[in-house]
Amino acid sequence: MTPPVSLPRLARPVGNDGLLALMRAIPFARLLGVGATLDDEGRVVAQMPFAEHLIGNPRLPALHGGTIGAFLEMTAIAQLIVDMAEPGIPKTIDITIDYLRSGRPRDTFARAIVAKHGRRVANVRVEAWQEDPTRPIATAHGHFMLPPPTEGEAPEA
Amino acid sequence: MSSDDTKPKLLGELIGDNKDMLLAPIPFSMAVGMEVVSVGPSRATLRLPWRDDLVGNPETGVLHGGIITALIDAACGSAVICALTRMTSIATLDLRIDYLRPATPGEAVLVDAECYRTTRSIAFVRALAHHGDRDDAIAHSVAAFMLGANRSPPVDRGVSGVKS
Repeated sequence: MTPPVSLPRLARPVGNDGLLALMRAIPFARLLGVGATLDDEGRVVAQMPFAEHLIGNPRLPALHGGTIGAFLEMTAIAQLIVDMAEPGIPKTIDITIDYLRSGRPRDTFARAIVAKHGRRVANVRVEAWQEDPTRPIATAHGHFMLPPPTEGEAPEA
Repeated sequence: MSSDDTKPKLLGELIGDNKDMLLAPIPFSMAVGMEVVSVGPSRATLRLPWRDDLVGNPETGVLHGGIITALIDAACGSAVICALTRMTSIATLDLRIDYLRPATPGEAVLVDAECYRTTRSIAFVRALAHHGDRDDAIAHSVAAFMLGANRSPPVDRGVSGVKS
């Protein structure tokens, strides 16, 4: 199964099918097994099902910190894409990941809050958990460059 | 006895030809193709060849930021091990990454990580991701690690009376 070579052009508002099609079109998201659905409020709930190749410490065992960081970044970008009026992929400017607990060999979930959705830059906070949403295993916050407005559109005053 | 003998050697000086042991036991690092290029006292350089399943945007072929994060995390962890005098369990406390420019499609990424300070329980690390030219870096990172994580004993830094 090879991923498509282009990203799907998502209809607005973005629905569950569009969101899943997008995640499936991102090769590294496929490698991590990351999927996403929308809850009733239109918030992205991302999932990273446990897989052996995600392990970073086989002795504990624990998930690799890098897989958790990447998962948090993907969740933030997915939430921005759902929120954006414009098509395009936001680019990460910076991200800070705080690791709170070791990731156990089980499914991981994440949700993002867009603290500020500016015209060019967005600030996003993300949280990942496993069995208990009140006991996060990692949090992140980052800045993302938003895609420029599509040509032909009236510039913002 | 020379003064060199009184100071315990760092793992980064002892690892030598066994540098592959830093990543070999880590399933995720093996799954994505990370390699150890070199190690030294308190430092490590890792390399990740470009692969199409590590891409973030299939239209451009640019690597996903998340795999750069993972490579930096692995390089920082390796540098911490190289700054210790004996193996202990370590855990990332936090990691900040500034993405300076996109990685060039098709090119391997190198990460130089340096553990510039260790205390009994914490290690501080900085790292730079690039394609071979450190002046044209892809990402810059700072991280803090906990030493003796997951209930393994903290690092014995040779100070009497503080052994747990």
